[in-house]
Amino acid sequence: MIKLQNIFTIAKKDWLEVRQNKYAWAPMLIVPAIFVIIIPLIFTFVIPALAVSPQDVLTSDADFQIFIDHMPLQLSRYIDFQNPMESMLVIILGIMFAPMFLIMPLMASTTIASESFAGERERKTMEALLYTPASDAELFLGKVTASAVPSIALTWLGFAIYTLILNLAPYAYIQRIWFPLPTWWPLIFWITPALVILGISLTVLISARVQNFLGAYQSSASVVLLVVALFAGQVSGMLYLSVGIEMLLGLLFWTAAALLTALAVRTFNREALLKG
Amino acid sequence: MKEVIVCEGLTFSYNGYQALDGLSFTVRQGEVFALLGPNGAGKTTTIRVLNGLLHAQSGQSRVLGLDPALQGAQIRRRSGVLTETPALYERLSAWQNLRFFGSLAGMPAEKIGERGAYYLDLFELRDRADDRVETYSKGMKQRLALARALLHDPELLFLDEPTSGMDPAAARQVEGLIYRISKQENRSVILCTHRLYEAEKVCDRVAVMKTGSVIACGSLEELRARYASEIRIRLGFGELPPQEYLLKIRALEGVLEAREAADTCWELRLAAEKAIPMVIANLVSVGTPIYSAVPQQATLEDIYLRLQGAEAEEE
Repeated sequence: MIKLQNIFTIAKKDWLEVRQNKYAWAPMLIVPAIFVIIIPLIFTFVIPALAVSPQDVLTSDADFQIFIDHMPLQLSRYIDFQNPMESMLVIILGIMFAPMFLIMPLMASTTIASESFAGERERKTMEALLYTPASDAELFLGKVTASAVPSIALTWLGFAIYTLILNLAPYAYIQRIWFPLPTWWPLIFWITPALVILGISLTVLISARVQNFLGAYQSSASVVLLVVALFAGQVSGMLYLSVGIEMLLGLLFWTAAALLTALAVRTFNREALLKG
Repeated sequence: MKEVIVCEGLTFSYNGYQALDGLSFTVRQGEVFALLGPNGAGKTTTIRVLNGLLHAQSGQSRVLGLDPALQGAQIRRRSGVLTETPALYERLSAWQNLRFFGSLAGMPAEKIGERGAYYLDLFELRDRADDRVETYSKGMKQRLALARALLHDPELLFLDEPTSGMDPAAARQVEGLIYRISKQENRSVILCTHRLYEAEKVCDRVAVMKTGSVIACGSLEELRARYASEIRIRLGFGELPPQEYLLKIRALEGVLEAREAADTCWELRLAAEKAIPMVIANLVSVGTPIYSAVPQQATLEDIYLRLQGAEAEEE
């Protein structure tokens, strides 16, 4: 029978270790800070301060024009085109930027999982852990918990801060609570956990083949290409993240995460870890 | 005497490399048992198999009456293992390490505090217990790893090079601890070491391993009787006798080997005790004053080297 106490003990130890490794946690804080705080503030305060018209921002780039022209009604109904500042913020920060937000859970989960799985091998502490009475399943779940909980928590916290900033900072221009748009709910609560599990299981599989944290992190971080593909698809007008599309994408990610997790569980047993 | 480990014909290979090849031995309750052998002999794999980390591909074993392949977790709850490297979480403090491993061993928090404090005191780590382990010396890390192995009061201890990196005083303390654990507390200790002098001091029985199997097993006396039954004697002189006398002694019946051992000493290996008076009489007859004649027993190192060498020659 799986002991929750053991899972929590292992997760807590991994959190303590990550907290002591600034190379692991610093990027996890800096990148979200850029996405959640700096970019919204640039669009809200810097662009108007530079005397650039929001209308010009939207019409200066052909990609923006394609994006707006092909936007389905489900999304365009959130935009008040009579208010240029609101249009710019809703289009760029509310719709176009949405896939980029997914970098946060992916980055956090792959970083912590690399530290937790490959880092343990790198520092040659794995064997002492394997000599404990904890079962293979408890060790695996403990490490998954150590990676998943802070990754999801960080994303949700980032989302809360993003929500505050997007509503408060441009209040002078919009004068209403406009964010989150309905499309963000499935993004944060359906797709984010799926991507976190996907990132962790991929990292476990990669960690079985590499000997250090950096190698595992660099390889598993390539999963961020998924987000880049979503962003590119949306900017080029090929894919718009409406609620329906997001639910389907989430299902796809959950399926991939389940398959990869099943594979990861098979690689994470004492014999495979010692033979590898 | 009750047997706590019984293994018979164990085999295990890592991706084609035969690490264990018909390994058989038994360990009794309360004894200190050494596994000796060169690197790659299979000592670490043996510990892994007996704790259920690896599953033997053939053969049978019981540890504390349990099957390691099926009841590994139960064995690990009752055994303590000091791995070859300390394998500590170096970014955490000594206390954090002990709390983590104690908790996974199922110990309540108060017990971890109580026993942790005892071992931190015993190994003189209490003052640095809240410092990160990465700031510790090699010997301190080794002592902390030993504290971790002992923390949950295991019935059976596997110690891989326990005094590695320790100064002589700390090493002696560990030897005393091993003695106490086995003789006063009646717990068994399996010791893997390259320090044959240490093994000779603390072990009741030894198994000499080579390429995954045991090539000799028994107490030191048994091994001596089997593999080093000849008599060794050290003769001390005021000044070293001429070389021709040494050649003459070598030619005597019953003298297997005679060599200069130090500035004023000879070391002789004899087939039987009756050769001793013959050698002494011979030297006295040519007017060589003998200051001392000290019989010497073969050490574990002598036997070990002979066994490993003999095996190598056979190969």
